[in-house]
Amino acid sequence: MDAPLIELTGIVKSFGPVSVLKGVNLKAYAGKVTALVGDNGAGKSTLIKGLAGVQPYDGGQVRFEGEEVHLHSPREASRIGIEVVYQDLALCDNLDIVQNMFLGREETAGGIFDEGQMEREASETLRSLSVRTVKSVRQKVSSLSGGQRQTVAIARSVLKKAKLVVLDEPTAALGVAQTEQVLNLVRRLADQGVAVIIISHNLQDVFKVADYINVLYLGTMVASIPTSETTSDDVVGYITGSKTYNGAAA
Amino acid sequence: MSAPQNPKVPVRTDTTSLPAEGGFIGSGQEGGIKDQVSAYLQRVRHGDMGALPAIGGLVVLVILFTILSQTMLGQQYFLTERNFANLLTQAASLVMLAMALVFVILLGEIDLSAGVTSGVALSLFVVLTKPDGLNMNWAVALVLALLVGFVIGFFIGFFVARVGIPSFVVTLGLFIGLQGVTLILLGDGGVFRIQIPEFLAIQNANLPIWAGWAMLGIILLVSFATSMWDRRLRTRAGVPNRTIALVWAKLGVIAVVGGFVVAVLSVNRSSSIKVIEGVPIVVPIVLAILWLGTFVLDRTKFGRYIYAIGGNAEAARRSGVKVITIRWAAFVVCSVLAVVSGVFSASKVGSVNAGFGTAIVLSGVAAAVVGGVSLFGGRGRLMHAAIGALVIAVIANGLGLLNLPAGVNYIVTGGVLILAATVDAVSRVRAGGSLMRT
Repeated sequence: MDAPLIELTGIVKSFGPVSVLKGVNLKAYAGKVTALVGDNGAGKSTLIKGLAGVQPYDGGQVRFEGEEVHLHSPREASRIGIEVVYQDLALCDNLDIVQNMFLGREETAGGIFDEGQMEREASETLRSLSVRTVKSVRQKVSSLSGGQRQTVAIARSVLKKAKLVVLDEPTAALGVAQTEQVLNLVRRLADQGVAVIIISHNLQDVFKVADYINVLYLGTMVASIPTSETTSDDVVGYITGSKTYNGAAA
Repeated sequence: MSAPQNPKVPVRTDTTSLPAEGGFIGSGQEGGIKDQVSAYLQRVRHGDMGALPAIGGLVVLVILFTILSQTMLGQQYFLTERNFANLLTQAASLVMLAMALVFVILLGEIDLSAGVTSGVALSLFVVLTKPDGLNMNWAVALVLALLVGFVIGFFIGFFVARVGIPSFVVTLGLFIGLQGVTLILLGDGGVFRIQIPEFLAIQNANLPIWAGWAMLGIILLVSFATSMWDRRLRTRAGVPNRTIALVWAKLGVIAVVGGFVVAVLSVNRSSSIKVIEGVPIVVPIVLAILWLGTFVLDRTKFGRYIYAIGGNAEAARRSGVKVITIRWAAFVVCSVLAVVSGVFSASKVGSVNAGFGTAIVLSGVAAAVVGGVSLFGGRGRLMHAAIGALVIAVIANGLGLLNLPAGVNYIVTGGVLILAATVDAVSRVRAGGSLMRT
């Protein structure tokens, strides 16, 4: 197997006396979808916030493309190619798709926007992800459905040439058809060679899209398994702590 | 990719207009003039009306006052060349203040002290230029007055953006406090007359006839040049352009409306032997600031980030926008432009007194709202605020001519404000949007 794009080893994080992450290991591979599941309070969000540089880890090692990195700020994470698509989306309703995708890094010519250039790159990115639900890239985001917004948010991370995209509950609050669209999008993202980490409570979605499943239980990674080698029942068992994983770590 | 299977499908090298797999991502620029018009009507039906209600209101008010003047006074006082020029100079200060406020209203903030800021700045101006006092050069004093706006804006920005106090509270405090500064600056003198010809000329003198037409020519030229520049950039990037007919249509509208306005203002509107004709000097100044401000809001990062913060400040922050700096700068811009509004006002009346600027600020907010600028932030343009200000100015002007008691003016203006807000809200609800957001 190839070397992982990112490898977390022995990550610890505590808030005061509460130890949230107790030596967590996690690997994610380029071109693969790695699912992170676990019950509420298992430490998923804390793990992700560390990756995003929002809440740095207390200890442990992060290796990105074989090099040890320190994720102290969102800017630093973004610089090395880590993008996090948050659950609450972080889009501006009053701006259009192009404006949202380029927010914070607009293309300018002499200080003045080059709208043509931005529009072209935005539509190329959407097209590269085979997005076909959006009518016009100049639509206001307020006129988009939940699935379309998720699409724009994901496309935004692709536009930044991210190597690792972390998706926090991308299908929560979406309908059946929209969930399907977003999952297809996640798959295509990975097919482009991006390493994807997806957090989800929906095991059906996880089994549909993920190559590897990692289960967090009370701050410990209790299972890391290729999806093909496990079942939904087993994963539910690991999540709730009623089963113990005995296989070799993936 | 191999040669096309179907000979009917032409090989296209321009990939930008190729449909995505099974679908098509457009840019809203495709199609002829018919498609563009129907797309626009679609947006209007979905509640994106912009300044349309205000423009409609303006037209209705003009017709109404024309009829009322004829029937109630037996003579046309409203729809005359003289009153038209007078209306423009009366409105200039409010138009300017409303445009100033747009910069902070777009952020979802408010500046209640914009009026009294101009009061402090203009008080300083009259004290500095007093012939029997410091007798400072008026241009230097004007720069210092604008600097006062800068400092006050910087002060507001510090407390709102940096410390995090609601702008309503900070500027309410300044609204009260700065009136005191004005009082102290002016002393017990009461009214200070301004006798600087250049300063009074802004609102009381007119351009030569030829300069009025030259102004229209420059407007057409600038409009044409920016449209063509945009098209060039889009063509270079390989994205579709709107049909060129729209550019001609836009220029045509500017030429017809602008030509009519300049023609009317070029007629001698004096009732005595002294000839009064030409476009008031304040008009090109307001238009230049309108153009520059719109340019900044539409085409630079500063402007885009103002809209982004007004739409979703947290999203802007996560995208790397320096939210504090942008907010701070917006208050500075607002206060400086508010001083410009005060200059117009002082030039019009030719004096500054202790109450200068206390009454106008809420009219400025009302003007912006009537024009379609959202107080929740993120939606509105300078042009909208300017049109809203014209609506309010027409009400004051028209009712004044009808010799109605001053109280009627307030009641009607208030009613129009609520009506405008209702039209906006209802159109949004009907379009399926919510009352609260953009």
